[in-house]
Amino acid sequence: MTLLEARALEVHYGGIRAVRGIDLDVGEGELVCLIGANGAGKSSTLRAICGLVARSGRIRYAGEDIGATPAFELPRKGLVMVPEGRGIFPRLTVEENLAMGAYARTDPGIADDLERQYAMFPRLAERRRQTAGTLSGGEQQMLAIARALMARPRLLLLDEPSMGLAPMLVAKIFDIVREIARQGVTILLVEQNARLALEIAHRGYVMESGAIALSGEARALLADPRVREAYLGEGAG
Amino acid sequence: MDTFVQQLVNGVTLGAVYAVVALGYTMVYGIIQLINFAHGEVVMIGAMVAFTVIPILAAAGLPPVVAVALGAACAVPVCMAVGYAMERLAYRPLRRAPRLAPLITAIGVSIVLQHLAMMIWSRNVLAFPQIIPLVTFSFAGATMTGVQIAIVAICAAMMAGLAWLVYRTRLGRAMRATAQNPQVAALMGVDIDRVIAATFVIGAAMAAVAGVMFGTYYGVAQYTMGSILGLKAFSAAVLGGIGNVPGAMLGGILLGVVEALGAGYIGDLTDLCRWGIGPAERCADGGHFVLFGSNYQDVFAFVVLILVLVFRPSGLLGERVGERA
Repeated sequence: MTLLEARALEVHYGGIRAVRGIDLDVGEGELVCLIGANGAGKSSTLRAICGLVARSGRIRYAGEDIGATPAFELPRKGLVMVPEGRGIFPRLTVEENLAMGAYARTDPGIADDLERQYAMFPRLAERRRQTAGTLSGGEQQMLAIARALMARPRLLLLDEPSMGLAPMLVAKIFDIVREIARQGVTILLVEQNARLALEIAHRGYVMESGAIALSGEARALLADPRVREAYLGEGAG
Repeated sequence: MDTFVQQLVNGVTLGAVYAVVALGYTMVYGIIQLINFAHGEVVMIGAMVAFTVIPILAAAGLPPVVAVALGAACAVPVCMAVGYAMERLAYRPLRRAPRLAPLITAIGVSIVLQHLAMMIWSRNVLAFPQIIPLVTFSFAGATMTGVQIAIVAICAAMMAGLAWLVYRTRLGRAMRATAQNPQVAALMGVDIDRVIAATFVIGAAMAAVAGVMFGTYYGVAQYTMGSILGLKAFSAAVLGGIGNVPGAMLGGILLGVVEALGAGYIGDLTDLCRWGIGPAERCADGGHFVLFGSNYQDVFAFVVLILVLVFRPSGLLGERVGERA
């Protein structure tokens, strides 16, 4: 079943077309990655899905048209985004940040989920009373992911979770993403680190200048000579 | 010494009211980086509404304290509606405009409200009927009236209530999150339009009570009273660090105390005869030649504002800028 379906999605910033009428599908339970160079329109695509930028085209989520839905109503429907640059609230404590993740929820399971995040991210448990601005970059990224999980997402949009992190931390973050997917959360992952993204994803889309240049099974894309040359830093020979 | 303690008592009373008004400035600034110059007019409208209602109630034979409480109960919803309306009609359409546009609009809103009040309540000074019996308490060489005690207690209760709201409730957490990053707050499910409107409405409710207290304390209200009071409360917010809730409380109290002590001592300190440099004919037989009298009281708030802006622009408890995010 298709959980997210975008058709002829366009984003304009003034006169610049950042996203040029792309089609994109994410099936329930899938881990799909969207890769491409800086400025290819990956983040704009995610922001358009969440209603953070003006967009045209059609976006359906869980069988419902969300093309005119304001951003703040999406978490209630299970569509949650971890924004680029993490977007933690620096002067709120770690625990308050996590509570903000559950803002849209009214069910009684919030306290249990908080403990679940602390079990998954022990570093955050140690620092629960600290303000989030005092955390290191890797800890902030974990906090951003844990905060998104507090919303009990059905579809999680991740915008460049590896950005600015040391290679060891990047590997750790990707392990976490894989684990979240294994638990049944559908994921759309935007990444510049094409190799790592394709290694954990089921399917991938390659974006170039606002359009989808290639798409297919992640394994096939990893083997595709065009992808190898342009995104994996390997010569054609 | 008696002057000192007495002025300290007066200063804390006045400062508590400044603090409550300053919270309205600081909360709005914290969340949308707007200095809402019309906030002082909301205080004025609160006082005017109460002054309209209280004499009627008092004439109907209600006990004075009940009449004042009911006056405040009428002023609060009116001011909340004014606060909501100004956000909805004047500021929300300009949310994405350059920062100068809402700032100038705020000055415009202030002028509009002031003139509306003039049309409704006339240019005259409204006098508060002397219905509250004067009760005084002696305390360490100073006298404190019942009204002063009530003002300090009510302000303390409102500040404690606001601190609880901001730091302990879901709405308060959403307000702080919106102040730090509105876009991400929206991604968490926060309807930021509603949170911003709530901020205006809460600030206006406190302004209404402040207006009633200020009017009761001085016994008069006029359509122009909001400007100077608003500017002083704004100075208090800047002194504490604009955008910072505990800062506004601290700044308000400090400003009130500085103002009262200044007013208490300026005459004495600028008496040229005291320093032996006054004209001989005036200083003979213990005479005085005072340069600045206590009518210069209003100057202190702005001297403080200038000093803060020059030496510590982020205020006493100001948020550090440039935190990693």
